[in-house]
Amino acid sequence: MKRALTILLSNPLSVVGLTLVTFVVLTALLADFISPYPEHAGAVVDFLNANKPPSAEYWLGTDVVGRDQLSRIFYAYRVSLGLGVVVLAIAVPIGVTVGLVAGYLGGWADYVLMRITDVFLSIPPLVLALAIMGLLEPTLLNGMIAVTAMWWPWYARLVYNITRAQKVEGYVLAAEVIGAGKLHIIFREILPNCMPSIITKMTLDFGFVILIAASLSFLGLGVQAPTPDLGSMVSEGTRYLPDSWWLTVFPGIAILIAVFGFNLIGDVLREVLDPDL
Amino acid sequence: MTAQPILSAHNLTRDFRVGKRTIRAVDDISFDVQKGECLAIVGESGSGKSTVANMILGIHPPTSGTLSFHGEELPVKRTLLHREKIQLVQQNPLSSLNPRRSIAASLRLALDVHKHGTRGERPQMVQKLLEEVGLDPSFANRSPSALSGGQRQRVAIARALACQSEVVVLDEPTSALDVLVQARILRLLDDLRTMHGLTFIFITHDLSVVRNIADRVAVFQYGKLVELADTEALFENPTEEYTRSLISAVPVVSTEEVELRGRLSKTEAADGGVESPGA
Repeated sequence: MKRALTILLSNPLSVVGLTLVTFVVLTALLADFISPYPEHAGAVVDFLNANKPPSAEYWLGTDVVGRDQLSRIFYAYRVSLGLGVVVLAIAVPIGVTVGLVAGYLGGWADYVLMRITDVFLSIPPLVLALAIMGLLEPTLLNGMIAVTAMWWPWYARLVYNITRAQKVEGYVLAAEVIGAGKLHIIFREILPNCMPSIITKMTLDFGFVILIAASLSFLGLGVQAPTPDLGSMVSEGTRYLPDSWWLTVFPGIAILIAVFGFNLIGDVLREVLDPDL
Repeated sequence: MTAQPILSAHNLTRDFRVGKRTIRAVDDISFDVQKGECLAIVGESGSGKSTVANMILGIHPPTSGTLSFHGEELPVKRTLLHREKIQLVQQNPLSSLNPRRSIAASLRLALDVHKHGTRGERPQMVQKLLEEVGLDPSFANRSPSALSGGQRQRVAIARALACQSEVVVLDEPTSALDVLVQARILRLLDDLRTMHGLTFIFITHDLSVVRNIADRVAVFQYGKLVELADTEALFENPTEEYTRSLISAVPVVSTEEVELRGRLSKTEAADGGVESPGA
């Protein structure tokens, strides 16, 4: 742990990443306390202050119904991070289990599980999400279902390949010869050796999930009003470009900060967690 | 011999399919292993010696023929008891220990699976096992990457002991180690064999190692057993042409070298069998 921190802090890129991610997480967690106008997260209308450019009172300006953009971005982070946590918390265990079981057991389990995975992988993710959102109602819950459905196969592929490589290692043979059960071998022997890659991919994916959630709501299929969401903020703001530039630019930068931060950490984390280093 | 062999192979055959062709890796081999002896299996790569080992361990089922343990036929699907009694030490100590689990966890697995001792006793049993193979008990909490090749091989041997096995298949256990460490590991194996009454099946291509440790030698060529004899007899008077060519391929040691070895081994004995943690 101490070694991991040393490596993270010795690399300027990861320091930037760590700072950005810390900023995003803190603002999301503390949105209630640090937002200048916490009530603006909901359906508040203040036409007197509508569409104001950035000022001392409203740092990032106000939207078309007069809500503080800064406060709404903080709350939007909360929604994005929540979405990321839920999607990965569901998609990763499913994908990892599928990959481990298919990779270790081989035979028909491999064939059936990996062909299902291939089918999911062959559909463009955004199209699948759009299809699912079209079939179901465009709510936050359905958005999560859609994003989860297209996320797990990538973990299945990743873990499957690692498992295939680990399966021929001597320690797996040793455990088999000792008489350890399949569950032990899969989850206690092989899984720990997949963890560095899984954690690295999760960090990178956190940014992508935020991005794809923003894309979906940009298209009007994600988070619904009045819940603040970065994608829908950008989407609504485009109608008022170029005059009210702050409506699109600031939520856009907010997306960039989050995605960029997670990507930077992910890249360095790969080095930190690699057991051979 | 009058005593019942601990392990015997009867007309053991194993085929592998490579594309459309079938390759006979092991061809109609029969042999007996007596309790407490060390049977060496030698031969070139591809001679079928590792395939025999895999069949003894139950990794591959034989295509035909049978194996029996204490006179009882070994089933294709091994029971936990068979797993416990027939163990393996692999060639490559780098890969035989899980890099993500501690030494203690690797040893605990054998104790847990075979329910040796109570849960509370097992940490102490791990410490005892480490001492038995000449490692400091403080190694328990280390990861394999903190150990040298020889130290890792000692852990692998401790794992076979943890199972309380009767037969240990040693698949080239010293060929990945440097010469000095090799000698120490062989000495350790020999000591453990006497102490625990273990039976060894020692697979190797190194005839000089065979001479040091084996009671009998089985020579394999192209999947067939070409010669099976006592070690001394085999080296003194090999009956088969192939065995003769294997023996003549061993580097010759001159009398000067023998004397030098005698002198050096005294100094080596002084610094003890335990390797320094950094070695």
